[in-house]
Amino acid sequence: MNIEPITVEELNRYIKQKFDGDEYLNNVYVKGEISNCKIHYTGHIYFTLKDEHSLIKCIMFKSYTPHLSFKPQDGMKVMVLGTVSVFERDGAYQIYCKAMKQDGMGSLFEAYEKLKAKLEEEGLFSEAHKKEIPQFPKTIGVLTAETGAVIRDIINVSTRRNPNVHIRLLPVPVQGTGAAEKIVDGIERMNNEKLADIIILGRGGGSLEDLWPFNEEIVARAIYKSEIPIISAVGHETDYSISDFVADLRAPTPSAAAELAVPNISDVIYTINSYENSYKIALKKKVELMKLHYEKCMNLRVFKEPMQHINEKSLLLDISVKSITNNIQKKLESDKNNFTQVVSKIDTLSPMKTLTRGYSITQKDSKIIKKATDLKKGDNISITFSDGNVNANIL
Amino acid sequence: MEKKINFEDSMKKLEDIARELERDDLTLDESVKKFEEGMALSKACKEMLDEAEKKITILIDNQEKKFETE
Repeated sequence: MNIEPITVEELNRYIKQKFDGDEYLNNVYVKGEISNCKIHYTGHIYFTLKDEHSLIKCIMFKSYTPHLSFKPQDGMKVMVLGTVSVFERDGAYQIYCKAMKQDGMGSLFEAYEKLKAKLEEEGLFSEAHKKEIPQFPKTIGVLTAETGAVIRDIINVSTRRNPNVHIRLLPVPVQGTGAAEKIVDGIERMNNEKLADIIILGRGGGSLEDLWPFNEEIVARAIYKSEIPIISAVGHETDYSISDFVADLRAPTPSAAAELAVPNISDVIYTINSYENSYKIALKKKVELMKLHYEKCMNLRVFKEPMQHINEKSLLLDISVKSITNNIQKKLESDKNNFTQVVSKIDTLSPMKTLTRGYSITQKDSKIIKKATDLKKGDNISITFSDGNVNANIL
Repeated sequence: MEKKINFEDSMKKLEDIARELERDDLTLDESVKKFEEGMALSKACKEMLDEAEKKITILIDNQEKKFETE
């Protein structure tokens, strides 16, 4: 075996070729924490990307740095996009970074949780504060992007449910810097100018960063302050934003929000018609009931045979009259009897009867004389016999 | 009937009248009155629904313009 040694340079070049020929290493997307970060005076940035168990050297050339949205610092969690290659001079492989962004998920999610907890404690999510969603809003205010699926879905669903609905769109940016402020302005304008009876705050699905304006405290507070009820429909069904919690109602999607806001007009007409029906039925029932009462009344004997009652009464009257007559007759007869008896009694006791038997009545000055001593010589007396009077003088 | 009545209130009233009409102690006169009131109200409600005008507008700065749907 005859082995020719190669130079270090040759070895490193060989390794570099291996790296460069690897498709995967040509385009890596790596996350980690920045450490040992140095921004060289030439404008290149040198740093190390590390996690708990490992590290790799990184370089970002000056030509890429203007696209950075932040200044890299030690301790930052970032994601870098670049190529892994070998720096032959040092025999070191490193990531040549083309782009880098902050690993938002971690920090954003933390911020989301923190704000959510804070607002919840303040009572911004409390059920008691939630306003009632009007059943028949005249104007639906929509705060969303002027173009795109969201406004289209809302218009489609709303007009399908109520062809006469009035939708007032106030276009606002729904992502990126400044979006939150514009959303706040929109909510305030709707309130100040009373532009709607209900507001739909909508946005399609997206990453947590895309949805971020709806997780901002100023938006949450504007929703809380709004006097117009707000339906929040941010992201997909599974996305929950702070807006959803503060809003008076949360809809899983913008289409669902339109369904919640706009009453289905055919349902409403159906309800009105069914009221009309129930009135008709109720009135018919009432009339029938009254008729029944009337018939029941007319069936009473007093109406059916009005003379019978009178006849009965006159019969009773006859009986009464008869009994009265009878009674009187009886009484008369008994009185008559009594009278004859008394008369015959009187007759037997009558002094006239006694006179016929030879007795007489002596009177002086119209007074009956009962004793001889009541008379004296010379008195004028009258003596009554059964057949008449004589006057006499006492001798 | 007042023209400027609130639709929600009207619907509530329609419901109230339905409930009152079903009461037994209502006189026939009162029933007829309620019936007429209810029918007038329901007519007004339907008119209100017809009256609403379809409008999709867009607010730009201080102007309100018709919104063009694609």
